[in-house]
This record gives sequence, C-alpha cells and structure tokens, in this order.
Amino acid sequence: MGLLDARISNRNVLVTSVDNVMNWARLSSLWPMGFGLACCAIEMMATNASNYDLERFGIFPRSSPRQSDLMIVAGTVTMKMAERVVTLYEQMPEPRYVLSMGSCSNCGGPYWNHGYHVLKGVDRVIPVDVYVPGCPPRPEALIGGLMKIQELIRMEGLGISRQDALKKLAEKSVDPQQVIDQVRKSATA
Amino acid sequence: MEEAANQMSPAVQQSKAAYDNIKERFGDAISEFDANPTMPFFEVLDVSRWVDIALYMRDNSLLQFNYLACLSGVDYPEEQKLGIVCNFECIGKYTHKIAVKVKCPRDGGSIPSVSCVWHTANWHEREAYDMYGMVFEGHPDLRRILCPEDWTGFPLRKDYQVQETYHGIKVPY
Repeated sequence: MGLLDARISNRNVLVTSVDNVMNWARLSSLWPMGFGLACCAIEMMATNASNYDLERFGIFPRSSPRQSDLMIVAGTVTMKMAERVVTLYEQMPEPRYVLSMGSCSNCGGPYWNHGYHVLKGVDRVIPVDVYVPGCPPRPEALIGGLMKIQELIRMEGLGISRQDALKKLAEKSVDPQQVIDQVRKSATA
Repeated sequence: MEEAANQMSPAVQQSKAAYDNIKERFGDAISEFDANPTMPFFEVLDVSRWVDIALYMRDNSLLQFNYLACLSGVDYPEEQKLGIVCNFECIGKYTHKIAVKVKCPRDGGSIPSVSCVWHTANWHEREAYDMYGMVFEGHPDLRRILCPEDWTGFPLRKDYQVQETYHGIKVPY
C-alpha cells in the first residue's frame, strides 16, 4: 500500500508513521549513479530513455556518487575496475543500495572460466541487494529489479537493520503471476 | 612458377607484385612469399632491418603502405618464439594489401618498434607487450595498456596461469 493510496480527508490531514513517510520519500526518488561498464549499460540507458522512462518512478541518474542512493553495476567488472567500483561505493552516502545487473556482474557470466581479468561477481567486493539475471537483461527485467529495491526500502524502518529488512522481504515474497492477474482484472473491469 | 602465379587471385597477385619490389631491395632479409588467399604475407628474417623495411614500405612510390590496419601479437611455444603480425594497406593510391610477420625469442626477446613509422603502432605495440611480453626497442612509452600496471604475467601466452588473487580479491571462479 503506497502512501498516496491512503484516503485523505478532513482538511488534508494524513496520519501515518514516520517510517512510512521516510520510506515513501526514499523509494520514490531512487537516484542511481550514472555509470555503465559494458553492454548492460546500453540496456540501462534504454531503460532511462523515453520508451521505458525510468523518471516516472523518480529514478534519475546522477553524475556523482555523493548524490546517489543506488549503484546499478551494469556490465562486466574487470579486476582493474573492481577497485574503482569499491571506491565509488564508499563515496556514496548511506543508506545505499546496490543492484547487480546482468550475468557478468552477478557471477562473471561468459568469462567465468577463461576471463583472467574479470571479477567473478561484484558481490566479492561490495554487498549486493538485488541481482537481475540476463545477458543483458531487458529493460522490463531491470525495472523489475528496481521495483524489488523499492520493496526492500518499504521493509525498512527506524532501528531495523538491512539484514532484517532483507529477511522481511524474503518472507513477504510475492508470486508475480497473481499480481499480473489482479492488474489485468482491474484493467478490464 | 608461372602457373602458380596464374592460380593466384588478382588480390594476391597485387600482393605478390608488392612483395617482389620489397624482395628486390632487401633480398635475404625477408622470407619467401606466402600466397595465403586470405592474408598473403612474408616474414622478416633479419629483425634488425625491420624499421628500414617499414620505412621503405611506407615511402616507396610503388608501395605506399600508408595504413597499418592492425598489429597483433602471436605466441609460438613450439618454436620458443613470440611474434607480431602487421596488416598493411594503401589508402588513396593502390588497392594492394600485405601482411608482415616479425618474430623474436620467447624469453627476453625484442623487436624494433615501428611506432615512429606508423603512429598507429604505438598503442598496438603496447597491447602486444601487455599480452605477450615482447619488448619493442625504441618505443617511446612502453607501458601496459589494458591490464593494471602491477599485473603479473602476460595473459595471452599459451602457458599463462591465472593468478589466485589480485590485491586480495580472489580471481578464479
């Protein structure tokens, strides 16, 4: 249930928890850092562009890690780049989220055996919250991953650690087919 | 010989004509012509004359190989050698193409740099050095170009072993 779904009545007074407001603000303006490492970045750029229009979710790439909430690791992370990725991650203010996009940054992808220069998964150097499979993932898949990040933020609250939030998210896993059916039904009604 | 020349495609015949010109000038410093249909080539046998040959190929009015299309490194473990393959074309005047191979010993070998002849060779030779480890004598800036500067080993050698860790990060899967 989103904040704006709540019925506002009686002189526009809305009663809700601080957690709710904080989470709503965070998940509605998720600013990723604008950097791409390989072909996944092309797909990420396509998702940012007008056809998929990430700005309707308030997602808008920033040019500085200091202004970013989210790091989309879009592409092959080489050993040379791994240290720079760590530096960029450390420069991001908390709370920060990491989305690993595509097979390469998930686990090394096609370079898992013969890629002497490829980091076999960005989770070896920084903690990853959501993994998006694909080579490269389609924009729909990336949007799915971003919505998962938003769900994770919704699970957070004052005094709740990221681990607890991830646990809550795992417990609350939703079967997407049900949601699709529900939306379809409400659209035709 | 005449018959063999007739069997060559027109493109290879052009390469043969260019080769004959170079052979006439440098004689035993270069090998026989290999009429490979996709990449006709010759090898430089006297490696110390490679820069002279390069300058002649670029500046001779009948050759004018003014375009170094590619310079690749090769590892020949059976011969205990490393080498480069250079693909030349002429832009503007002729349509001929030719490839040149230059080899050096596998351990501590060096090849004269042609980065002063074709500036393209500057980065290409750095890449060959980065991947195979042959030294290009006279190169103005022979550093690794793709791998990190403190990388150990030369990754495209046939006997290359992937390192276990790099700066504390595990490398193998």
